[in-house]
Amino acid sequence: MNPAIQSMWHASGSNAGHIRELAVFFGILLGTIFVIVVGLALFSIGRRHRGIQQEPLEGSHLPSARTETRLRTVVGVATGLTVLILFGLTVVSVSVGKIVSASIAPAGSLMIEVTGTQWWWKVRYASDDPSRTLQTANEIHIPVGQSVAIRGNSDDVIHSFWVPSLQGKRDLIPGRPTLEWLQADRPGEYRGQCAEFCGLQHAHMAFWVIAESPDQFSAWMDHQLRPAVEPTDDENKRGQVIFLKSACVFCHTIRGTDAAAQAGPDLTHFGSRKTIAAGTLSNTKGNLAGWIADPQNIKPGTHMATVPIQTAEMQPLIDYLESLK
Amino acid sequence: MTPAASEPHAYADLDLLRQTWSSKRGLFGWLSSINHQEIGRRYIVTAFFFLLLGGIEALLMRLQLAKPENTFLAASRYNQIFTLHGTTMMFLFAVPVMEGMGIYLVPLMVGTRNVAFPRLNAFGYWMYLAGGLFLYSCAFFNMIPDAGWFAYAPLSGPQFSPGKGVDVWAQMITFTEVSALCVAVELVVTILKMRAPGMSLNRMPMFCWSMLVQSFMIIFAMPAVMIASTVFLLNDRTLGTHFVNPAEGGDPLLYQHVFWFFGHPEVYIIFLPALGMVSSIIETHTRRQVFGYPALVLSLVGNGFIAFGLWVHHMFATGLPQIGEAYFTAASMMIAITSGVQIFCWLATLWSGRLKVTAAVHFVFGFIFIFVMGGMTGVMLASIPLDLQAHDTFFVVAHFHYVLIGGALFPLFGGFHYWFPKFTGRMMDERLGKLSFWILFVGFNSTFFPMHWLGMLGMTRRVYTYIPGLGWDHANLAATVGAFVILLGGIIFIANVLRSRGSGARAGSDPWEASTLEWETESPPAPYNFPNLPVVTSRTPLWTAQAERPLVVGVREDRREILITAVLDAEPHHRSVQPRPSLWPMLTALGFSIGLAGSIFAFSWYYVASVLGLIGLIGWFWPERPLEVDQ
Repeated sequence: MNPAIQSMWHASGSNAGHIRELAVFFGILLGTIFVIVVGLALFSIGRRHRGIQQEPLEGSHLPSARTETRLRTVVGVATGLTVLILFGLTVVSVSVGKIVSASIAPAGSLMIEVTGTQWWWKVRYASDDPSRTLQTANEIHIPVGQSVAIRGNSDDVIHSFWVPSLQGKRDLIPGRPTLEWLQADRPGEYRGQCAEFCGLQHAHMAFWVIAESPDQFSAWMDHQLRPAVEPTDDENKRGQVIFLKSACVFCHTIRGTDAAAQAGPDLTHFGSRKTIAAGTLSNTKGNLAGWIADPQNIKPGTHMATVPIQTAEMQPLIDYLESLK
Repeated sequence: MTPAASEPHAYADLDLLRQTWSSKRGLFGWLSSINHQEIGRRYIVTAFFFLLLGGIEALLMRLQLAKPENTFLAASRYNQIFTLHGTTMMFLFAVPVMEGMGIYLVPLMVGTRNVAFPRLNAFGYWMYLAGGLFLYSCAFFNMIPDAGWFAYAPLSGPQFSPGKGVDVWAQMITFTEVSALCVAVELVVTILKMRAPGMSLNRMPMFCWSMLVQSFMIIFAMPAVMIASTVFLLNDRTLGTHFVNPAEGGDPLLYQHVFWFFGHPEVYIIFLPALGMVSSIIETHTRRQVFGYPALVLSLVGNGFIAFGLWVHHMFATGLPQIGEAYFTAASMMIAITSGVQIFCWLATLWSGRLKVTAAVHFVFGFIFIFVMGGMTGVMLASIPLDLQAHDTFFVVAHFHYVLIGGALFPLFGGFHYWFPKFTGRMMDERLGKLSFWILFVGFNSTFFPMHWLGMLGMTRRVYTYIPGLGWDHANLAATVGAFVILLGGIIFIANVLRSRGSGARAGSDPWEASTLEWETESPPAPYNFPNLPVVTSRTPLWTAQAERPLVVGVREDRREILITAVLDAEPHHRSVQPRPSLWPMLTALGFSIGLAGSIFAFSWYYVASVLGLIGLIGWFWPERPLEVDQ
């Protein structure tokens, strides 16, 4: 995996880019001040050790009036400089903040509703046209070079939506929708993670943002809007029957079948996603079998139920789910 | 009580004084003691015990995070441990240890015989001890809180945190807050009304100023956390109210606002006393009056005020209105001005004094290095755009450990080296002291510096594990190794304390040739602190010629009499009699503790608390037979 996929330092979006520039500016300026302050402190030891003649402290344990006046001037100037620098930093950061934490997305932005829930992400592409709204989970596709508004909400506790390579974080608070916008400047796959402690599996609540060219994005969108592919071969047909007969349907939706429950992630195009269990495992048949057989072993405390599936039925079920491209 | 120029001890009947001010002997005497030295020492020892527990918890967390996908700790256990770590360090170590130092040192520094309200002082300690034991004894019954030391609703609410763990957390807060409020009230009154004659406010030692500001901050901040933890959270959990339950129209952000209205000042409550310690150590070791006394005092007071206007910078990611956020950015930047002024004044003092580089001074330099770096990252976090990236990542973990360990723990260790002779009558070993400093310094930086980088690489806080391949592995391993280096430094420090306590060089009353009153009396001080109460004529009384320092006479020695002076100029007003030792503060604390601990199971235990507490208070305030009619 490329370490740059989840790093504010490797910014790939305009907002993260602004913030990174600001961080470099702050870092250099404040780092210099740090070096000066610590250097002065150390030098005050050195002054003594090198045996530089010091003026005697008078009876009141004060240096001469001249020294005191000089020190007062220096401390006064240093304080004045501190005030000026902090004022400057405030102005700079408020003006950058106006851009990156604007609560109104630029007009015409794509609107994506992200709902945090213990411990995965519900993703819904909003549209004025009901036939163009789309529900998926744990993976967000966006077009490169366009601003995308993220409308955040939560079904249970507070979560925080964070894709460091693209934008700062925004909390998802139950009953208080929040908004932020982000934009990817380069195609790529960026990893995000819940940043607000949200309970037992806070560590395993990741997601992916996949930025692709506008054409690829609309192709993906059109594909995702279609119902799930109908199984063609017998094995997959058997898998579909097993799915629909099992307790899986109490939580999951596969559009185009009778499974329409909303408690768990939408599985209509499950096979097209990179990971399972909110970024916990890569999406392979082996991992999926392990996850279905014993979710508590992989993600202790997860709300995914352990559905009894007979050994002979596991293979067709997995084949069917993975065929849902 | 005319102040008269004379040599010390001239007017004191020391045997009578000792008899009047001593605690009783034996277990009964120990439990009934109201002496500020004994209670202060108990606070410090108890707090260090909790520091050890919190430190062990930190090591367990670092072991779990040493490598990706480690299985040393399960998710549930990890969440419990980081909750206990934060809670222990904030509520059971950092605040109480500073209070303990204040209780011990303030009466000595202002030249009086005890703190004001000494029975309340004993009561406060027993409440603190009971709160700490309550939290940790519940661990044996698997009632361990796991919603973080901040316990954000609704995660901490009844729906998402079933079981009793969070109730234990919320009620433990009540214990420690009661204790903190007791100490704050005592210290405010001790400092404002019990100073030695002549110690006008502008002659007060910097440490007393820092404890005064800290105590006022406690009085304004602590009620907020009681509202958050008890009124909102505990009532939501145990009585079915819906203050912070969004499902029933409650507001989880209300909890955050009230919690951080306490939580941010809390940081300053912890490190302001440490700033006072730094001033004391620097003044003594440079042999010059600390530079810029008025500026330092104003900065402390400024810190105290500004601290209450910053809380929203913990909530920048919640999406509050921009104009409000800009205000809180500016306010957060402002705190760097007052902190900067203090650093500049200390630098000027170091620059123009005759510095003697002892172990205590090592810790002061460690403080300057670490605290200034923490201040710089603090300025970064005040900036909203940067905070939106760094918030809730390891960058913040690095920042506040720099500020709290650098800003409070290093000065505390320095202060410990500095005042140890006063506490015990013996010097701490300088060589071991310097060795422990260097090991702690190196260990600290290798633990926490890499965390800045981890945060920028996207590692979020409070995760029990992480996946490989994100570039986090080496920095995490370095942090874990560093944590064990800190452990080594801590062991050397403790070994030094234990060894020096028994066999350190004899200290005498004033081994450092310091300037403030606590060094005038013997080490460790007699129960009455001063044979004759001192009179002060300058800011640095012990650097003033003996002949120019009169003593107070006419304060009675056959009963616990102290001198009450004016708030501003410390002119003597009247004598006041303090109560005798009593078992009742301990029994009252026990009664309240039983009731408060029970209250997480059933509301009726509040009645038990009321009745037991009332009985305790009746005993406590039962009029004492006067020694004799006052003439």
